[in-house]
Amino acid sequence: MEDKNIYEYTLMLADSSLIMGQRLSEWTGHGPILELDIAITNIALDEIGQARLLYQFAAELKNKQEPGSKATEDTIAFLRDAWDFKNLQISELPNGDWGQSVLKIFFLAHWQRQMYGKLIYSPIKNLSDVAEKALKEVTYHVRWSSDWVRRLGDGTEESRGRMQKALEYLWPYTQEFFEPEGYEWDGIFENAGEDFFENMKAGWNKEVSLVLTEASLTLPESHTYMRKGGKKGLHTEHLGHLLAEMQFLQRAYPGCEW
Amino acid sequence: MDTEALQKEFDEKIEKDIKIEPKDWMPAEYRKTLIRQISQHAHSEIVGMLPEANWITRAPTLNRKLILIAKVQDEAGHGLYLYCAAETLNITREEMQEQLLSGKAKYSSIFNYPTLTWADMGAIGWLVDGAAIINQIPLCRTSFAPYSRGMIRICKEESFHQRQGYQILLTLAQGSKEQKAMAQDAINRWWWPSVMMFGPRDADSPHTKQSMAWKIKRFSNDELRQKFIDMCAQQVEVLGLKIPDPDLKWNEERKHYDFGEIDWDEFWSVVKGYGPCNEERMSARIAAHENGKWVRDAAMAYAAKQDAKSKSSTDKTSTKISKNE
Ligand SMILES: [Fe+2]
Ligand SMILES: [Fe+2]
Repeated sequence: MEDKNIYEYTLMLADSSLIMGQRLSEWTGHGPILELDIAITNIALDEIGQARLLYQFAAELKNKQEPGSKATEDTIAFLRDAWDFKNLQISELPNGDWGQSVLKIFFLAHWQRQMYGKLIYSPIKNLSDVAEKALKEVTYHVRWSSDWVRRLGDGTEESRGRMQKALEYLWPYTQEFFEPEGYEWDGIFENAGEDFFENMKAGWNKEVSLVLTEASLTLPESHTYMRKGGKKGLHTEHLGHLLAEMQFLQRAYPGCEW
Repeated sequence: MDTEALQKEFDEKIEKDIKIEPKDWMPAEYRKTLIRQISQHAHSEIVGMLPEANWITRAPTLNRKLILIAKVQDEAGHGLYLYCAAETLNITREEMQEQLLSGKAKYSSIFNYPTLTWADMGAIGWLVDGAAIINQIPLCRTSFAPYSRGMIRICKEESFHQRQGYQILLTLAQGSKEQKAMAQDAINRWWWPSVMMFGPRDADSPHTKQSMAWKIKRFSNDELRQKFIDMCAQQVEVLGLKIPDPDLKWNEERKHYDFGEIDWDEFWSVVKGYGPCNEERMSARIAAHENGKWVRDAAMAYAAKQDAKSKSSTDKTSTKISKNE
């Protein structure tokens, strides 16, 4: 069932963006300086904007598949439970300190750039359109977060210590990035061969390691336990709390216009 | 030129509505007044982000969430323009921030009230941004040029803020019974604090006279307050909701709305720091500042290292050149 795959793949992208944006928006009003408050808020806006476009497409698919289901971007975002969310686990992790948040953006944006960089060639027009817009945004997120990873890694002793700690905490969550779920293949990418995901992973690895080395940070041992499952709905304890907060109004007052 | 001649030149400019630029001579008191007013205004934008940021993660739809985030972000931008305008008067942003965090500088008391329901996002946009617009439109013509330029940029964004707030209330007012009650409750709580945003009565406002003579201010507190009340009294009709003032009535003779007595004890107690959220707002600002220290330090250390690197590489090239010579 090709449409179901496309639907789930779209949710995976959309959920990753929404949950990331939701988390980052917690910084608004609390950033280390005004300029950074504005910058991280911009990234939150971009992520939630991407999520909206993707959910709109997902809703279209769902309504086509199940006539009468009346799905909208909001029913999908606000009325599903944690196990239906397919976001990468890294996006739901708490913000932690500024360094941890920057590093989260850094890893996710690099993943998004790989993904959207391929998706612009997708035969599914809705997806390639979103990818084209999103690619510009995440390219900026890559640049911004890479600059800050360098700055904080190679800043003071304290900042380096904090970044190294954040790196050790977040690294295990990057493993699931390029381990495809069944729904990530069919019909979404053209000419996706056996090594399609391997290549993306290699590209991601190369770019990420380069910046981390420049930032004088040390990659954790490769045998570190890896976390995965987000793409099929297996999450950390954090997601439930995030959703409880995000979905509160829609749950407390069902069926209202806002 | 001696001070007297400079003063005369300054007075003439004010008289002819010629704007004062930072490099121009100005009386020390004029500078002091502006620093106080602009920095206080900037602090209000920044502290003002907090009550609305409180609802960002709980916004009811994705669209509302985006609008609210963008709105709160605009306020950060306003703070930034205003700090820059104040900096042209020879005070640094760090000094101003220090004054805010130590409690020496004030910010608008309205932000010391809590945001308890989603409808508060509507009431703040409609009433608080609405009052801000009425205060700020005349400031676009204020006599100090950088402040005036800042206000022109800010005012463009404020009208979007007010509209989005009114939209929220309108949607709630046309919604379920609970939603309507939520909207009315928010107006009940935000009305009087918004009316107080225009400051003390003219008779109790020590700086007004001089500020008006310098054309920093163009209208008095009471004039602006009246304008605000007239505007809201009409707009609330469309919402089908009520302003919580039994004395609010059109006065045909004055061509204005009459309104009830303001609770000045409440006003002064919030100004003095005893409002419901003074402590929360200040501790949020202090926490942001303290938690951000290592980030600012690291950025500075990194910049210094980069500087040293580029310097040593230019040094190397210059020694090479001199050797070749
Ligand atoms: Fe503002
Ligand atoms: Fe505003």
